[in-house]
Amino acid sequence: MSTRRDLLKCMSWAGAGIVWSVAGGVPRAVNLGGSALAAPAGGFSFVQISDSHIGFKADANPDPNGTLQLALDKIAALPQKPAMMVHTGDVTHLSKPEQFDTADQIIKSAKLDTHYVPGEHDVIGDDGKMFFDRFGGKAAAPGGWYSFDQGGVHFVALINVLGFSPQTGATLGKDQLEWLEGDLKGKTASTPIVVLAHIPLWSIYPQWGWVTPDADQAFAYMKRFGSVTVLNGHIHQVVQKVEGQVTFQTAMSTAFPQPEAGTAPSPGPMKVPADKLKSVLGIRDVDYVPMAGLKLSDQTLA
Amino acid sequence: MLQMMSRRALPLAAAAALALSVPAFAEDASQPTQVAATAPSTVTIDNFAFAPAILAIAPGTKVTWANKDEEPHTVTSADGGLMFKSPALDTDDKFSFTFDKPGTYKYFCSIHPHMVGTIVVK
Repeated sequence: MSTRRDLLKCMSWAGAGIVWSVAGGVPRAVNLGGSALAAPAGGFSFVQISDSHIGFKADANPDPNGTLQLALDKIAALPQKPAMMVHTGDVTHLSKPEQFDTADQIIKSAKLDTHYVPGEHDVIGDDGKMFFDRFGGKAAAPGGWYSFDQGGVHFVALINVLGFSPQTGATLGKDQLEWLEGDLKGKTASTPIVVLAHIPLWSIYPQWGWVTPDADQAFAYMKRFGSVTVLNGHIHQVVQKVEGQVTFQTAMSTAFPQPEAGTAPSPGPMKVPADKLKSVLGIRDVDYVPMAGLKLSDQTLA
Repeated sequence: MLQMMSRRALPLAAAAALALSVPAFAEDASQPTQVAATAPSTVTIDNFAFAPAILAIAPGTKVTWANKDEEPHTVTSADGGLMFKSPALDTDDKFSFTFDKPGTYKYFCSIHPHMVGTIVVK
């Protein structure tokens, strides 16, 4: 999809505190730790949370329930109440029933319409049955993927955490790609598209499995759309890339950070001093303004 | 540590084969070696890797995987878990499987599929 140099050129790391301003002619701001502005009339806002890892108990964060609650408190305090919330996967750490129950209870307390996609931690051992029973999309296809419309924006929730095979890892698969092609067919090119998936839909660092090899095909179907925003989780940090009309964004976790690509022996949980933890966890507020597009604001829990 | 011990006990040819990629090892595996009797039957999972990545055992050996990572992993046979499939192994969890028949058995972590390993039974 792009050369490594293009990728580096277009990426900025949350850890470096870079403010992303203009890319491909589309102004977008990332306010690390900043506050949200109210969306002008006619639009709506929604929030993204990700990687809550309920059930995690190692040193990197002994209290993921508490930090998820903190994230929801942050959302409740936003100046404009979001129309809905999306959770981009790894709701639980080990796909255990009690972890799903705890996550469900905490998230429900936010009283927000919430749309989920599973992470690989949510589908261990049962191909996601427990996950889909609780968090499956309304009118989802048999494979679990689904779409919905809100305020003029078309949301597509994709699944790239099932059917892993050795080495190849995350794929969307033929069935899902066919479904996607059909799902987008009736949409006008001016419809803003927001794509949700857990694992990044572009190649960030294949050595750590931060890649979806067949995502290119999905974007071939989206070429004609003027605005495509891709919201992913999985890597527990903000990484962004703009390629043509497509903006790719990964989100912070509400549970624990992970190292930047290639900076550690493995992508395992990164331990930071306890008083720094909240500054590497976060939420994302997204404002949609008709004609102007989507404005993303990443905010830490600090 | 375990890998070093097993290598020291191996004939040179087998030790060299262990250092090569999996397909290369499969070719060399047709030659008789004394790998089976001396190899360890424990695989450690550390830093998102199986160690040793290739383990040779005698038929009937029980292999135990122990997860030392803070991240959960699984041990899943490459046929998609039909032959063996562990539940999610949290830190310090273990999983065992006994290999009765000779053969080359590849496996991976179904959560992190770039983590792969091989058990050679002969």
